[in-house]
Amino acid sequence: MSSTDAVQSPVSRPAALSLGDDALILSHRLGEWAGHAPVLEEEVALANIALDLLGQARVLLSLTGDEDELAFLREERSFRNLQLVEQPNGDFAHTIARQLYFSFHQHELYTELAAGDGPFAPLAAKAVKETAYHRDHAEQWTLRLGDGTQESRARMRTALDALWKYTGEMFQPVEGIEGVDWAALEDRWLAAVGGVLERAGLALPEGPRTGAWAAGAGRQGLHTESFGRLLAEMQHLHRSHPGASW
Amino acid sequence: MVTEQAPGAAEAVTRLEAELAELAGSVPDPELPVLSLAELGVMRGVRMYEDGHVEVTLTPTYTGCPAIEAMSADIERVLTGHGIPDVRVRTVLAPAWSTDDISAEGRRKLAEFGIAPPRPHAAGGPVPVALSVRCPNCGSTDTELLSRFSSTACKALRRCTACREPFDHFKEL
Repeated sequence: MSSTDAVQSPVSRPAALSLGDDALILSHRLGEWAGHAPVLEEEVALANIALDLLGQARVLLSLTGDEDELAFLREERSFRNLQLVEQPNGDFAHTIARQLYFSFHQHELYTELAAGDGPFAPLAAKAVKETAYHRDHAEQWTLRLGDGTQESRARMRTALDALWKYTGEMFQPVEGIEGVDWAALEDRWLAAVGGVLERAGLALPEGPRTGAWAAGAGRQGLHTESFGRLLAEMQHLHRSHPGASW
Repeated sequence: MVTEQAPGAAEAVTRLEAELAELAGSVPDPELPVLSLAELGVMRGVRMYEDGHVEVTLTPTYTGCPAIEAMSADIERVLTGHGIPDVRVRTVLAPAWSTDDISAEGRRKLAEFGIAPPRPHAAGGPVPVALSVRCPNCGSTDTELLSRFSSTACKALRRCTACREPFDHFKEL
C-alpha cells in the first residue's frame, strides 16, 4: 500500500506531536458536529474542515511514529495539543470562536513553516492552502453572527470571551520548531483577528490570555477537564478491539 | 522530506516506465470517475528499480483526501495485471498539488460532468483570478456561493441565479 514520504531531516518529536495533536483533537471536536449542525451545508463544511485536519494529523504523527498508536494508545498527559482545541463545541458560536482563534493562528504558523526548509515545510506548504479556506469559513460566520441578531451577537460575544484565556498558549514557543518569531506571529494574529471582529461589530476581548495555569500548559501535557472524556470516546473503539479493521 | 526528481529529470525514462506511467495515469479518479489520474495531475512519476519493483509516486489533492488509498489500490491492480509483480505506491506532498495541475482536457470533462472547473491562479500568487464561476448547466456567469464546502473537500457548492440549478465548483487550491 501507500507510504508517506520518508524523512531526511530529523524531526523533533515534541514539535510533530504538538502540531499533530492540535490537528487531531480539533478534527475530533469538529467531527462531533456530525448530525447536529444547524443546516446541512454547515454539517458538510465542518466535516470537511475536520477531514483536512485529520489528514494533516496523520502526516504529522507519522513523522514521529505509528499514527494509530499515537492517536489511540497514548494517555492524556502525553498529548501536547493546545488547550484551546480540546474545548467543548458548546453552542455554534463557541465552535466558530474556536475556529476563528485557531485557524488564523494555524494559517500564520503554516505560512511561516512553509517558507522555511525545515522538516515541516512540505506539509505546511500543502496544508496552508487548506487553512486559507478554514480561516475564510470562520471569518464569514463571525461577521454573520456578530452582525446578525441581538441573540447571535450576544452568543458570539460570550463565546469569544470564554475562549480568550486559551489564546495566549498559541504563541508560546514550541519545543523543536526553529526559526519562528512567535512574538511577531502573535502581533499578526492580533491584527488579523482584531480586524475581523471590528468588521463584525465586535472587538477583541479584554482580560488575561492565560488561565490560572502557565501559558503553554497543553504543550506540557496538562489538559482541561473535558479532555479525558474526549479521549475516552476517541480511543474507545481501538482499545476495545485491538487490531480490528474494516 | 524526500522530494525525488521524477524519473526522467535526472535520468532517461525507459520505454517500459513510460508505458507503465501511461497505464497508471489512465486509472480513473475514484470520486470523479470522468477524470483520469493523469488529467487530475496527481501522478508524479513511475520508476522501475533493478530488483524489478516498480514505484509509483502520487500526490494527494487535499492532505486528508481519503481517495488516495483507493487510487493506490487501483494503480497496484492495473500494474500487477500488466505483469509487474511488485508495485509500491508512494505518496509525496512536495511540491504541493494545485488545481492548476488539472489538464485542459480534465477541465473540459469536469464542466461536461456538471462540475464548474477551478479558475486559474494569478501568475505567482495564491489568489485565484477573480473571474465569476460559470454555471456548467446553462453557461450563465450569474452564480452565487452557497457553501465553501460541498460533497468533497475539493468542491464548493454554488447556485446559478439564471437557471436556479445548484452545482459543484471544483474550488481553487
